[in-house]
Amino acid sequence: MGSPIIQFENFSFQYKSQAEPTLHNINLSIYPGEKVLIAGPSGCGKSTLASCINGLIPFAYPGEQTGSLKINNEEAKDTSIFQLSKTVGTVLQDPDGQFIGLTVAEDIAFVLENACTPQKEMLPRVKAVSEKVGISHHLEHAPDELSGGQKQRVSMAGVMINDVQVFLFDEPLANLDPATGKQAVELIDQIHQDTQAAIVIIEHRLEDVLWRNVDRIVLMRDGKILSDSTPDDLLSTGLLLENGIREPLYLTAMRYANVPITPETLPQSIRSIKLTEADKEKIRTWGTQPLSVQEPPKEGVLLTAENIDFTYENGFHALKNVSLTIEKGELLAIAGTNGAGKSTFSKVICGFEKPQKGTLRFKGQDMATLSIKERADRIGYVMQNPNQMISKSFILDEVALGLRLRGVPENEVQTRVEEALKICGLYPFRKWPISALSFGQKKRVTIAAILVLNPEMLILDEPTAGQDFRHYTEIMEFLRELSAMDITVVMITHDMHLMLEYAKRAVVFSQGQIIADDTSANILTNPAIIQRASLKETSLYDLALMCRAEAPNQFVQHFIDFDREARKHG
Amino acid sequence: MVKLFNFIDRKSPIHALTGASKLACMMCWVFAAMVTFDTRYLIFLTLAAVVLFKISKIRLADVKVLLIFTLVFLLLNNALIYLFSPEHGVTIYGSRTLLFTIIGRYTITSQQLLYHLNVVLKYTATIPMVMLFICTTQPSEFASSLNHIGVSYRISYSVSLALRYIPDVMKEFHDISLAQQARGVELSGKAGVFKRLKSATSILMPLILSSLDRIEVVSNAMELRCFGREKNRTWYRAQPFLRNDYIAFFCGFLLIVISLLLNIPNGGRYWNPF
Repeated sequence: MGSPIIQFENFSFQYKSQAEPTLHNINLSIYPGEKVLIAGPSGCGKSTLASCINGLIPFAYPGEQTGSLKINNEEAKDTSIFQLSKTVGTVLQDPDGQFIGLTVAEDIAFVLENACTPQKEMLPRVKAVSEKVGISHHLEHAPDELSGGQKQRVSMAGVMINDVQVFLFDEPLANLDPATGKQAVELIDQIHQDTQAAIVIIEHRLEDVLWRNVDRIVLMRDGKILSDSTPDDLLSTGLLLENGIREPLYLTAMRYANVPITPETLPQSIRSIKLTEADKEKIRTWGTQPLSVQEPPKEGVLLTAENIDFTYENGFHALKNVSLTIEKGELLAIAGTNGAGKSTFSKVICGFEKPQKGTLRFKGQDMATLSIKERADRIGYVMQNPNQMISKSFILDEVALGLRLRGVPENEVQTRVEEALKICGLYPFRKWPISALSFGQKKRVTIAAILVLNPEMLILDEPTAGQDFRHYTEIMEFLRELSAMDITVVMITHDMHLMLEYAKRAVVFSQGQIIADDTSANILTNPAIIQRASLKETSLYDLALMCRAEAPNQFVQHFIDFDREARKHG
Repeated sequence: MVKLFNFIDRKSPIHALTGASKLACMMCWVFAAMVTFDTRYLIFLTLAAVVLFKISKIRLADVKVLLIFTLVFLLLNNALIYLFSPEHGVTIYGSRTLLFTIIGRYTITSQQLLYHLNVVLKYTATIPMVMLFICTTQPSEFASSLNHIGVSYRISYSVSLALRYIPDVMKEFHDISLAQQARGVELSGKAGVFKRLKSATSILMPLILSSLDRIEVVSNAMELRCFGREKNRTWYRAQPFLRNDYIAFFCGFLLIVISLLLNIPNGGRYWNPF
């Protein structure tokens, strides 16, 4: 195998601004041509590890390091970020932020320009590499004319053009919808086969990455490496769940059905897994066991939209005759590709945009004459990025802002803020500055700041984006509690797990119209809708087919109900 | 969303010039027009600018926003000049031909009218050229052309990046302001000016924070791809200098020379018919 291309030996690192090391005594070797997945919950140090490999540490983020890190047999800290970039090509998480050139071609050529490559040489190289990633027909396009998946292809091309020996992907799936994520995983695999370079993927969405083969999974927690083994070995243990990583859903279903998972059954993918007839029988029978699920009583209609039609000033017809009814206390997911109309619809509800046609009724009352502020007293809107909402330095002030602006007496402000903070689990931090909070905590601050106004309905844009399994579960359980308190929760999301596990009902938008309004289980087992909404089939559906379950959608529904019960009882 | 800086892709001899020669020519033109107060020369420059505008196939409708903006500025500028020194022209031209008096010291003199005409002509001679440069230069060529006329590529690239992020930041500002309004921040005309200013800070803080995030990502991404490694860099979109580019350079230079030479017969920057 030769010598490793990346070699950590007793490596520790502490950021200048932090009191404790982020990485402890890391020993890890990655060899040329290997494909390695680094997984772990938020804050486990996996991003820091990535920054060490590409040189952002120590060159952009200084700190103290002990031990050794050799990249291409040279001690990394004695080189430079520029020299390292010849060996390691990084594709960052945010496809917008790293799009530097003004067009696709220029962005791909960026690294060549900086190396003073003559123009004559650049043109054919850009063309060749753009063909490899399938973006050659968009060379003259500006970033805002591209989809998230296309932008990511451009980033990949911009790194490939340098003939690097290591590709480093930092959460490549974080900003993509499920179908595009699947394509990204396939493209990474293709790059791996074409270039024979080593591939390092940092990601906590394990099941999605394992759609294509990986050689090893490195599991991290608290700055240490917990396990370094083949996917089949790791998935046969319970280490993932213990450490806040979601295991593939088909494996969870198998555990529930008491089917043993061993390395010999090749559990790393639903396509590789080997099940005996007896196992299939077991899973099939489990899927038809009766469960006593209580349907919550319907409490009446909260919001109705009738024939809403909306066209933007630039002529884009975003909503075409949309009608929808939302029940009181419901937990509803709205899905669809970018530009399908789901965000526009929520803007129309909040009054940010005025529809040209149609009526919105809130508890039977026509909302047409209500201002943004008046609507906000009934319907709260939480943006995807909490940093876009927070305008005060301290938690108390931030949560109190809406009340103070409404002229509520200060003593009442105090009690209501404390109450909201308690609901959101932020009461112990009430005196903290917001800058000291984690991303997930900030998200809860923004929710608290809305809840304090006592809305009857919450609209959340991608509530779980960028959250690991633990924080995801925290936020979602919290939203479920809110819905149990009779607050209607509407979530705009790409996240299929969220739809499956929490939203009983899902509405799918496509090209400005509602194409499906059904239970999540029915939607995620319907290939036609999945394709139009850029979602993907859940692996539970594949498992159901594999086990020849009579009704795959009922099998999936059974899993959801069973899983909910199982988690309730710990 | 209004686009201020907008490259309009059409086929014309002006589009075919390199960004560098267009930038140099535009700067020469502006300098020539700024130096002189020779009405005849300014009229010539204005007419020439209109002709070039025609050649470039840019339509008035394309630059409507910028045009209105300039017009407002032009009126404001003239109004202020008149308000503060209604007989500025008299001092300059050393004679006084009174046409009529509005009230008190606010008189109308031929000299003042000529002075105002000069100010207007300065706008009409230069603004079309600036618009022409913006509309016919690919944004990416903007950075490379700055670099070609000697500005460090680090600076020229940051200028073009900043220009590029204006629409993004505007969109973000819009989103944040809607979310804040929903929380009860009053930004409409219903609130007083002072209150609205105070409210605006509640949008600026999140805007600044998220912009800082963005800057961090962009600068990391640039460094990871070797931006700043060498003293120079090449440009994917660089264009070779053609005959027309040399002609443009020469013309630009000539305009400045004429503008300066006019100082001799005029005995200063002002052409004085009185």
